[in-house]
Parts: sequence; C-alpha cells; structure tokens
Amino acid sequence: MSAFDHQQQQQQLMRPDNVEEEEDEEDEEEEEDEQIQGEYNEEYYGSDVSNESGPETMPWIAWFCSLGGHQYFAEVADEFVEDDFNLTGLNSIVPFYKEALDMILDLEPEEDSTKVPDVSIVEASAEQLYGLIHQRFIVTRQGLQQMADKYQAGHFGSCPRTFCQSTNVVPCGRYDLPGVETVKLYCPNCQDIYSPPSSRYHNLDGAYFGTTFAHMLFHIYPELVPIIPNKIYAPAIYGFKISEYSRCGPRMQWLRNKQDPKSLDASGKLIKDSDDDEK
Amino acid sequence: MQTNLHSSGNPSQDMDDYTSGSDSDYTKYWIDWFLGTKGNEYFCEVDEEYILDRFNLTGLNTEVQYYSQALDLITDNLDENLDDEMRDIVEKSARHLYGLIHARFIITTHGLTKMLEKFKKCDFGRCPRVLCHNHPLLPVALSDVPYSKSVKLFCCRCEDIYNPKSSRHASIDGAYFGCSFPHMLFQVYPQLVPPKSTDRYVPRIFGFKLHDVAKQQRYQDMIREESHARIMAGIEGLPTTAAQGSSSGQQNNKNRAADGVAVATESGAMADVN
Repeated sequence: MSAFDHQQQQQQLMRPDNVEEEEDEEDEEEEEDEQIQGEYNEEYYGSDVSNESGPETMPWIAWFCSLGGHQYFAEVADEFVEDDFNLTGLNSIVPFYKEALDMILDLEPEEDSTKVPDVSIVEASAEQLYGLIHQRFIVTRQGLQQMADKYQAGHFGSCPRTFCQSTNVVPCGRYDLPGVETVKLYCPNCQDIYSPPSSRYHNLDGAYFGTTFAHMLFHIYPELVPIIPNKIYAPAIYGFKISEYSRCGPRMQWLRNKQDPKSLDASGKLIKDSDDDEK
Repeated sequence: MQTNLHSSGNPSQDMDDYTSGSDSDYTKYWIDWFLGTKGNEYFCEVDEEYILDRFNLTGLNTEVQYYSQALDLITDNLDENLDDEMRDIVEKSARHLYGLIHARFIITTHGLTKMLEKFKKCDFGRCPRVLCHNHPLLPVALSDVPYSKSVKLFCCRCEDIYNPKSSRHASIDGAYFGCSFPHMLFQVYPQLVPPKSTDRYVPRIFGFKLHDVAKQQRYQDMIREESHARIMAGIEGLPTTAAQGSSSGQQNNKNRAADGVAVATESGAMADVN
C-alpha cells in the first residue's frame, strides 16, 4: 500500500488551502460514516469476542458492503469465494491470505495462528482479498446482474459532464493490480473516466473493480447505454464563436465528437462520406 | 470607500446566516457579508466605484424589483426603518442585483484580474476528468438570461463544461457569471491556456480494445488531424498574423495561433476561409 499512501500524500500536497469549504462538507459526510462504521465495528468485535453463531450477527461480506464508502461493492456469493479455482493466484498477492479468507467466510480462526501479530492487519488483508475476489466476481453472469441492478438504481452516481445529462456511471479501475490507483467512474455516454465527487471514495482501490468490468457490463447489457444527443460545447464571447485561428481557440472538440459506430467503417471514416465521394 | 457609516445596517437574521462569524468587521459591509456566506465562494468583490457608476448598471432597473432599495442595501445606504418583510424582499433583490452587476464586472480589466486570482487559488474547483489531472475550472453560463440555467464549470484543458460538485453551487444562477467570462479571460491572458494533450481513456476488456470504441476513436483522430491541418494552413493565410509576426519577429511558431486581433470571427467567416 506504500505507493498508494505516496499518491495520497502527493494529492494532499497539491491541494491548496482554499478548498477547505468543500472539505468541510465532506468532513461532515465522513464523520457520519465514521459513526456508522464505529457502530458496526462494535457490533463486529462484540460478536467476535462472545458468540460467532448468533443469528443476529451479520455475515462478514454483508457487513463489509454496508460500511460507509463501500456502496460501490456488490455482495460476492459465498459459493464463489468457497471455490478455490476462483481464487487462483490471489495467495501470492495478499498477505495473511488464509486468515483473511477465513475472516471473509466467517470461519473460526485456527488455534495455532499465533504468528498473526494484530487483527487489524488481517482486516486490511481481508479487505484487499475481498476486493480482488470482487474484481473477478463482477465479470461473472451473477455479478454482472447484481451490478446492473445497482447501476439502474443509481448507486454509483452520475456523470459530472453537463451534456451527459446526469447519465449514471459505473466504477472502474485503470489497473488490475492493487495499490496503483484509486477507483474512477466510467460514463458510457462520453466514454471517459472521472474522479468520484466524494472524498470517501478517494482511498478505494481501482483494482477492486478492474479494467474489464465496466465495458463487460455494457457489452452484456447494451440496453443500459443511454441515448443522449451528442452535443459539443462551443466557446463564444458575446455570442460570437471563438475562431479556430485564435491562440486560445477551440482545439479539443474532437474529444467529444461522437458518431454512431454503425456509420463508420473500420478505419474510422464516415461511410456516408465515402459514398458522396464516389458520386 | 465612502460608505462605512452604517455599521448596523444589516438585519439580525443576516447575522445568523453568517457562518464564520468571529470577525465583526465583515458585517459592516453588505458585500463582505454576502461574499462570506457559504455557497457564494464563486463570487468576487465588485469594486465600489464600479457599482456607484450608474452607467455600468444601465438596464438593470428593469430586471430587478425594488431596484433602488436593493442598490442602497448593496452600498450599505439602506434606510433602517424598513419592516422585516420588506427587508427580506429587498435582500433577495439585492442578491440578484449583485449577481447581475457581477456578471458585467468580471469581464472588465479589473474584474478579470480579481477572477484570475481566484482561478489560481482554484476557488472554482478542479476538473473531474481523470486525464485533466485536476486542472482548475472557471464558472460559465449557458445563457445570459437570468433564471434560465444554473452555473456550469469550464475546463480549459478539455474544453468542456461540468456541473458543480456541491448542490449549493449548482443552484447559483448562471447569469451571474455570463457565457463570455472564461473565454474573455483566456483572450486577455492567453499564456494561461494549458498545452492540449491527445491523451484519452481507452476502454479494454481483458486487455483487448473494443471494436466500436476504437472505430470512433479513429474517427476522432481523423477530425483532430484535419482541424490541425486547417488551423495551420489558416494561420499562414491570415494577414493580421503575418503583420504581427513581422513586427514582433517571434510569432513564427505555428503552434501558437494568432491572438487578439482575429479573435471572435463568427463561424460563418471560418467556413469562408475553408
């Protein structure tokens, strides 16, 4: 996680003082989160100390997904976690793999696990392990279905771009290995990625969602892709568009220029255009 | 600075609204109180001389109800014997009037420098687009008519507009900033325009690019190259640029398009060149 911490430090360094107001706001949110988390923690530790098998205790996975800042997570099915084949290779990435897996599956820790120095370390491992299992789970049929439901319910927020008209977004990562970058949000309309607006997601690892999931979702459920008229912002002064030849004229309009893929040939040319040329 | 006499000019409910209320000096002036209120971080301080010059307010009397009282409140000259109900109405008008004056003020030389300071401090937030790497934003409107569209944020790196993060800012009227402001700022300070990048997000499934998206991106690349070629050709053909280039002797860099003079050509004129 050291790369992660470093990144966060850098972000903090780059942040000027005057965003305090926004931070205040987010701090309020975070305080709420912490309260909720505190309650859950008490409940969790309470059950840990006394009885594991009480009917009122939440399973670890459900508890984890209900924490503040974990709204993006789907609940991975127990059968998926229990199948060793699905976890291939994860034991070499996650420290205290076995203990972490036991924690996720609510199994009693073995008596001889005295080499574990602290519960909090296993908790961190469990979070990472769950995240990586989650990355694999959400590209399965069952996982996609769950995430599609969450998408339609708007659990991931909406695109900040004005002309996307609050299209719902999905979480995605730019890397599949943990500890590189935090989670980003992919908008299916402008096909671009954005930082989550709330700082509570700024320490959630992008690898827990992976590079594939967002695109797999819209590949399997094409009806989820919104149909919004393509609009490009044209800068103007007193109603006059700024000339391309101006030093500060528009240079990035290509970025939002979207065409229906059916009207383009494989080299990216407009099919209609070529017809006109022939005539 | 002539009107600091009416220190008790503000009604008591204003004091309640006032958030960071430790320093009582601020409440002396209505504008300072207004700027200190939460949610008004996007506004800059309009010079008193600008407000007092009636020429700058031409036409606003038809836009704002209780115009003269509202103006008195902004300049801290409001009669104190108003009843509370009336005061509330005037207060509301004053905010509206201040916003409309603000829209005019920020495209003046002095207004631009004030907003530039705020831009450098990132008072308007940062671009949410990942590939813009937290570039600072500027407020912009989609319509100059009041009560039509809320304020948006313009990123000069990706040249697109975004909704403000906080709902408090998202409810500010766009007409208090105007459609022209950010572009006027960059006309005056062209050195602030960041270098444009061709970076973009490439969606992948298990490492493989998506056919439909790749096709679109090739189309976008084509558009970009076409417009780049057009601009390069156009700059050479522009007489104003040639004159400038020879006079300053260092304008030969083709990547730096002509500034200033040939600025606001209408789109029709652009088509003519092509």
